[in-house]
Amino acid sequence: MNTIRTYDKVVWSTCNVNCGSRCPVRLFVKAGRVVRIESDNTGDDASRPHEIRACLRGRGLRRWVYSKDRLQHPLKRIGKRGEGRFERISWDQALDTIATELERILKQYGNEAVFRIYGTGNLGGVVSSRDQVDRLMHILGGRLNLHNSYSTAQIYHAMHYTYGEKETGNNISDLVNSKLAVFFGNNPAETRMCGGGTVRDLVLAKQQSGVRIIVIDPRHTDTAAGFADEWIPIRPGTDAALVGGLAHVLITEGLVDQGFLDSHCLGYDQATMPRDIPPGNSYKAYILGEGPDRIPKTPEWAAPITGIPARRITRLAREIGTARPAYITQGWGPQRHAAGEQSARAICMLPILTGNVGMPGGNSGDREGPFGIPFPGIPVGDNPVKTSIPCFMWTRAIDAPHNLTALNGGLRGRERLTTPIKFIWNFASNTLINQHSDINRTKEILRNEKKCEMIVVIDNMMTASARFADILLPATSSFEESDLCYQSYGMELGTLIMRQKAIEPLGESRTLFDICAQVAKRMGVAENFTEGRNHDQWVEYMYHQCRKVKPELPENYRDAVETGIFKWARPGEPRVGLKEFRNDPVSNPLNTPSGKIEIFSPRLWDMAQTWELPKGDVITALPEYHPTWGNLDPERSPMYPLQCIGHHYKQRTHSTYDNNPWLEEAAPQMVWMNPLDARQRDIHHRDTVRIFNTFGQTMVRAKVTPRIMPGVLSLPQGAWHREVAGGVDANGSINVLTSQRPSPIAKGNPQHTNLVQVEKFQEKS
Amino acid sequence: MLKRPAFYLDTQICTGCKTCIIACKDKHDLPAGVRWRRVVEFTGGDWDCLPDGTFNQNVFAYYISVSCNHCQDPVCVKACPSKAMHQDDHGIVTVDPEKCVGCRYCEWVCPYSAPQFDKKLGRMTKCDFCREDLQQGAPPACVAGCPTRALQFGEYDQLAAEYGSDPPMIPMPPTALTKPSFVLETHRDAQLEHARKGTIGNPEEVKDA
Ligand code: SF4
Repeated sequence: MNTIRTYDKVVWSTCNVNCGSRCPVRLFVKAGRVVRIESDNTGDDASRPHEIRACLRGRGLRRWVYSKDRLQHPLKRIGKRGEGRFERISWDQALDTIATELERILKQYGNEAVFRIYGTGNLGGVVSSRDQVDRLMHILGGRLNLHNSYSTAQIYHAMHYTYGEKETGNNISDLVNSKLAVFFGNNPAETRMCGGGTVRDLVLAKQQSGVRIIVIDPRHTDTAAGFADEWIPIRPGTDAALVGGLAHVLITEGLVDQGFLDSHCLGYDQATMPRDIPPGNSYKAYILGEGPDRIPKTPEWAAPITGIPARRITRLAREIGTARPAYITQGWGPQRHAAGEQSARAICMLPILTGNVGMPGGNSGDREGPFGIPFPGIPVGDNPVKTSIPCFMWTRAIDAPHNLTALNGGLRGRERLTTPIKFIWNFASNTLINQHSDINRTKEILRNEKKCEMIVVIDNMMTASARFADILLPATSSFEESDLCYQSYGMELGTLIMRQKAIEPLGESRTLFDICAQVAKRMGVAENFTEGRNHDQWVEYMYHQCRKVKPELPENYRDAVETGIFKWARPGEPRVGLKEFRNDPVSNPLNTPSGKIEIFSPRLWDMAQTWELPKGDVITALPEYHPTWGNLDPERSPMYPLQCIGHHYKQRTHSTYDNNPWLEEAAPQMVWMNPLDARQRDIHHRDTVRIFNTFGQTMVRAKVTPRIMPGVLSLPQGAWHREVAGGVDANGSINVLTSQRPSPIAKGNPQHTNLVQVEKFQEKS
Repeated sequence: MLKRPAFYLDTQICTGCKTCIIACKDKHDLPAGVRWRRVVEFTGGDWDCLPDGTFNQNVFAYYISVSCNHCQDPVCVKACPSKAMHQDDHGIVTVDPEKCVGCRYCEWVCPYSAPQFDKKLGRMTKCDFCREDLQQGAPPACVAGCPTRALQFGEYDQLAAEYGSDPPMIPMPPTALTKPSFVLETHRDAQLEHARKGTIGNPEEVKDA
């Protein structure tokens, strides 16, 4: 292309966010600036591996890297914490302060007081990874561990108790073998947008087989618009009730696979119940109304709960029961709820009842399974500290550590937390404020400088979280540091991208490796930490570790850089999750205590007796439906009569890229609202509205659209919190409305469970 | 170089991701408010609330990505008082920056609102089909970037022969108006009886208020 000749160089780079993809991009550099971006153009797009085409966010990287919000110099807080007043300091001052404070806190409180907060704003670079912080802390004697993620806490636990395995899903490409696909809250068109990832494979599968796709979601998503033959709107958080109604039809109409349930599953009916459990506790008894609650879970029972007419539920059950094989899958929306574990487990009941597990064209009910090459990360070493908190529970670990126990908060490694969090490493994370629930409460906890004593933020941008830093360090962006990047979990191909430094670091920004190495030096562990390598030498070193996995990679690192990108198509047929177990459950038992699919979970039965739960929360051994604190009570006329979910939005990945004006123009932040709800409140499309509940309030423009069901709002998650007078958010940031009350089993974030009211915003004159 | 380059969009698989918009913005360094490519969300349907708290509905939505269609019969060229708007031998319509006075007639007459007013420059700018790339045999930026491969380009005659050029999909204007070099694979929901009552769901995205 002649245009290339007008640039000084073209280098391979990557988009490093947590969207599930990892797109290569080519940066066109002229006079030290990136002036144009293009996608992958290697190989023949007609066959696998295809071009990995970046979505709008990766294509907009330039406007992000050169944003006015870029941090350029080390800063030290001068006002009260969170006020956002800083003064510029030198790197030496900043690093000295960190080392001194870290040393003091380690001495005074011990290693459990140091926490590297959950965050995924810079993901997929091997050497630029948050692992560097963990490596440093492990060398220094450890840090408080975290488990779960903000993406998957509830479904992870659901799969653990049901199948005992991770990633049990078939590849999305396996849809070519299916007769029917049912997507519960699964929206690859907006959550897996890479044109080399899931959405691309979904297009191909649909084009090839024309498989009928039903999308079940409160919102008519872009997946529904692009691929669904039918959309069934459902009230948020009621998937388990829908499954109850479906199961009733499947069972009473003889559409279950009794042979599979007998040989592969625990607790479908009395015959396969564990012996020490009293009779009447099987799944079949629960559905037919022969269990303790005596309620048959008929479609008529499920209809008013879910908002789906009983006749439609019956028809759907017959469709699912007669289409063999059927690909039943769920995204991560249904589980990010107050009782999300139960919704996720319940959805799995459909493929279990119909024997679609472990079959080509079928699925386990889990999200579509990935394929990738297991390239290594940097060695982080062992963490001498064994205590681990669910990543969502960190505010309690600061505010009320003694009230965080194994039985009430999912603490691991100890019965009760003994040390509060005193030092936070916040690298490329907006979880400190923006992405954690209940922003107003979080701020209150963090403003108390006696509780958490030191917050170090390392980031590219002045985010809401960065404003709460004590020491704020400017990090290099992906344009400014070389690295190795490989495929992410939402893809069905392997990649290795040789990302090259395209421009000099902006301002005084430094790589995370350099920052950690400097702290290591001040703490006397420089040699342990660096092993005598600098950042670029680590990249080269890790390249040779990758070669051990893929020996066909060039022997010489420079040759690999010259090539820039390596891609591997998924070999053979699409992966079928749990296939070995399906074929021979005796020789290939699952990782559950019984070795079977635990429809009835004896472990949850025990937890139900021992775990301490707030009133209204339940743990049940079966995937039952129970209303939660997030359900509307139709008996009362409530103050907050609308449910509010927060879908993932194409404008950004979580909160990253929210400050890109191109993306804001193409996909502005607006709350989705049904015309019926809008009319009642005299709200028109584009009006500014105020959404509020007991936790806070936010202002945002309204998108009045039939594409969301009545009684439900959807406010895209991740918008940058901007506080105006009186603690009001002015940018549609959903976490001023969300609760810190964790889900019962996983202790995960229930951020789609919200009750709110909305009204037209009246400017006071 | 193609004789008459045309865009082709398979609206069945366009998910409204807007990567085409950003690829265009990046390549041409366009400021906010200047939208050489726009993605229209067309949606409609009614909700029926039943007494038991359940709903029936017939909601639909689809997306159409449009830039300039480099029409055979370009009304913008006809309307331009300063002869700035002109068409080359391949049918590509562009603005001569020397001649454009920024009167915005072209924007007003174009049924697709393709010519865009750049406030800072005080004149019109628009899609040039990435002509330079085309001459080199490379695809335009929007096409090269499309994640679902819904957006393609090719020789108008071939595309029209393969996919047909009529009738246009709602809410696209009748093709007879300007004879656009734009061929569409119609979205299944565009056939629905009630699709005629749909509306553009994202007016704020396609045009400044
Ligand atoms: S956000 Fe994800 S899909 Fe989009 S360009 Fe970046 S890595 Fe690719």
